[in-house]
Amino acid sequence: MTLLAVSGLNKRFGGVVAARDVAFALQAGELLAIIGPNGAGKSTTFNMVGGQLRPDSGQVMLAGENVAGLAPRAIWRRGVGGTFQIAQTCVSMRVAENVQMALISWHGRIFSFRSRAETLYRPEALDLLDLVGMRGDADRPVRELAYGDVKRVELAVALASQPKLLLMDEPTAGMAPKERAQLMELTASIARERQIGVLFTEHDMDAVFAHADTILVLVRGEIIAAGKPDDVRANARVKQVYLGDMGVEAAMRARRGRA
Amino acid sequence: MDPAFIVIQSLSGLASASSLFIIASGLTIVFGVTRIVNFAHGSLYMLGAYLAVTIVPMLLEVDRSLPMFLLGVLLSALIVGVIGAAMEIILLRRIYHVPELFQLLATFGVVLIVQDLVIKLWGAVEIPGPRAPSLRHGVFIFDQRFPAYELFLIGMGLVVLGLLWLLMQKTRFGVLIRAATQDREMVAALGVNQAWLFTGTLFLGAFLAGLGGALQIPRVAVNTQMDISIITEVFVVTVIGGMGSVAGAFVAALIIGQLQAFGILIFPKITLVLVFLLMAVVLVIKPWGLFGKPDAAAGRAILPEGILSLKRFGRIDTIIAGIAIAVLIALPVFGDNYMVKVGIEVLVLALAAFSLQFLIGVGGIVSFGHAAYFGLGAYAAGLLVTRGGMAMEPALLLAPLVAGGFAALFGFFIVRLSGIYLAMLTLAFAQIVYAVCFQWVAFTGGDNGVVGVWPSAWASSRQVYYYLVLAMTLAAIIMLRHAIYAPFGYGLRAARDSAIRADAIGMDVGRIRWFAFTLSGAAAGLAGGLYSFSKGSIDPTMISIPMSVDFLVMVLVGGIQTVIGPVVGAAAFHSVKDFFMPLTDFWRLFLGLSIIIMVLVFPRGIAGATSALVDRKRTTAAPVEAAT
Repeated sequence: MTLLAVSGLNKRFGGVVAARDVAFALQAGELLAIIGPNGAGKSTTFNMVGGQLRPDSGQVMLAGENVAGLAPRAIWRRGVGGTFQIAQTCVSMRVAENVQMALISWHGRIFSFRSRAETLYRPEALDLLDLVGMRGDADRPVRELAYGDVKRVELAVALASQPKLLLMDEPTAGMAPKERAQLMELTASIARERQIGVLFTEHDMDAVFAHADTILVLVRGEIIAAGKPDDVRANARVKQVYLGDMGVEAAMRARRGRA
Repeated sequence: MDPAFIVIQSLSGLASASSLFIIASGLTIVFGVTRIVNFAHGSLYMLGAYLAVTIVPMLLEVDRSLPMFLLGVLLSALIVGVIGAAMEIILLRRIYHVPELFQLLATFGVVLIVQDLVIKLWGAVEIPGPRAPSLRHGVFIFDQRFPAYELFLIGMGLVVLGLLWLLMQKTRFGVLIRAATQDREMVAALGVNQAWLFTGTLFLGAFLAGLGGALQIPRVAVNTQMDISIITEVFVVTVIGGMGSVAGAFVAALIIGQLQAFGILIFPKITLVLVFLLMAVVLVIKPWGLFGKPDAAAGRAILPEGILSLKRFGRIDTIIAGIAIAVLIALPVFGDNYMVKVGIEVLVLALAAFSLQFLIGVGGIVSFGHAAYFGLGAYAAGLLVTRGGMAMEPALLLAPLVAGGFAALFGFFIVRLSGIYLAMLTLAFAQIVYAVCFQWVAFTGGDNGVVGVWPSAWASSRQVYYYLVLAMTLAAIIMLRHAIYAPFGYGLRAARDSAIRADAIGMDVGRIRWFAFTLSGAAAGLAGGLYSFSKGSIDPTMISIPMSVDFLVMVLVGGIQTVIGPVVGAAAFHSVKDFFMPLTDFWRLFLGLSIIIMVLVFPRGIAGATSALVDRKRTTAAPVEAAT
């Protein structure tokens, strides 16, 4: 079954059309990138899938169930984890505790007064940290970490609820180039191994073309191109949107010059 | 209803709206630019009134005319303006970058200082002011007599609105005020002399407060309670209008004025409750007030002010805690009656402070009205025993339930907000409780309260009651502390750290905060219940703003980043207060100065100051890190 099937998604903000008839599908284990210039409607689309925004119309089918308009919490319960453009962590807690929080919530024990949270689900949390290569930092306060490591912790937190689908809004924003490549490789390998679908937006084209199975190009709320990276790369309209007419010429000249 | 009556009533509503607007516009302008909610704005208003009852009669001696009266009013307002500017230079300038809680507390320190100074200079007796020459007559509207001075006040409100509009639109200073209200950092980046702008803004704000106060002297006898009574009303006006918006303050003042004028006909005793209810409703529908905008900095990920790491009790901590408990148990054996009495008070206050720390330190919910729940517990217990004829035991059980019930009711609205709006709403609800207890004389005994709240026979000896208090407060503190370490406490902390993250991992942030608020209210209610039996009486000071501030100071003294610190803070604060208060007439002055010094020198309490010192040593050891 298709993991995520979005169809006819529309959203307006006053007179601005942020999404018009957006439709796409995502299979388990597949990485789908949404790209587009600023203001193209990437985040809007993203937030409609995650539940932060209620679509004006359209369907978001998650494993056969329409989740459009449900609260983020309800969508998370159905197996959707996420990371944010600006990493969101519990800054007063240690690395392992951040993951433990997600596990405690997943097991429905937030309103428990019986046990000490410190030791609850710690082995499971350490396993998840192992997966993202952060086990060695488990007992450091998360606020002391480098930003790239915080993003890894966020990934472990997102994985705690054993999601079928990961939503990652600009996962590599604000990171150093080397860290970016590592994080994307890590994400891709986990996704394929665990058969998790990944929907992500990204400005870093290297990350997109290296790891996405499918690319969706949004411009002014509309999908102008969709397909395999090579097809999208070759698409004339995409080139024009990204580089402008002058830019395309400059790129051609540069290529000829290099050859 | 008679149409003439309606016109007269709404005119008097307009007159009080006008006064409210003049004062509130100053507060809102100051907040817009400095982002500080100036508690002392009410004190500036009071100073304006006191200066006017001193200056105006002197000028009227010279020439009994309206211009002389107005000159006196203007002079008083100018002097208050200068005092405001001085306050900016001496105090506010140093606290622009500290968390809201500390700003509120520091300006409340000024309130305390001004109160004692005013009593010292002018005495505690209220002073009737002179009436304005040529405005002493009544004007007949629909055959009803309406004071001319009230009409004059309505005019003054419009004049001030017009002048403020001109100032904001036509002068460079006004443009800068508007710019800074929108984006303070941008104005700073554009190379504006911020020091001048801020000092000027405080001058303007204080001038308006002083003007509002000076204009009151023909209407009300000047008294030492003017500051607190006006500041809560003005807070409500600015919050409803939207903090920082002059137009909002105007509209809100109009609404409040009419609500009071007509509310008094329907519910004569509880107009204040109506006003606060309006505020609660507005904040639920529009969390930033009618004309307010979300703060640009809202939602920014910053390290919260509160408990940052939880440590288990180490061996030394356990030994210290053990000794402390042993001393507490032995206290009635080696201590005299007086020490036992102080011991009871300390224990009760420790529980109240600890329950507040549960909200602030763990939940990031800065309550400025925690005394409400303490007072509700005290009143519940006291009234059940005296009016309900109940025994002490069930009354003590019901006290936390009643307080928790009200905390659940108020908390439902409160936990949806954040930052300064949340603090204002907690304050508003506390004032509602205070007003009801104060004004519902038949039931609550009003100002005098109720006496005869005594424990059951078996607990009537001070020593036995001490052990009862010790057992109950210890049990409650241990349970609350346990909750901090349990998944619930972690969840509450996660919601404080990042509500977005907490929501994204499936936590119901609103429900968690609501439950925490209720729990904390119930614990404070238990403390209140225990307190009422130890005093043998209840009275409204248990619910007043100074009581809420005392709790905050206890938390602050102990250290806002520590779990058990507030308990120590309560002991330290109460011992000092108990020792010094009988010795001096200037307790409030002393307390106010201490609060300000504490905020300026070691805002994180004694424990926080030590760890900051350790951090500083570490950064000087690693200069590279310090440079970045």
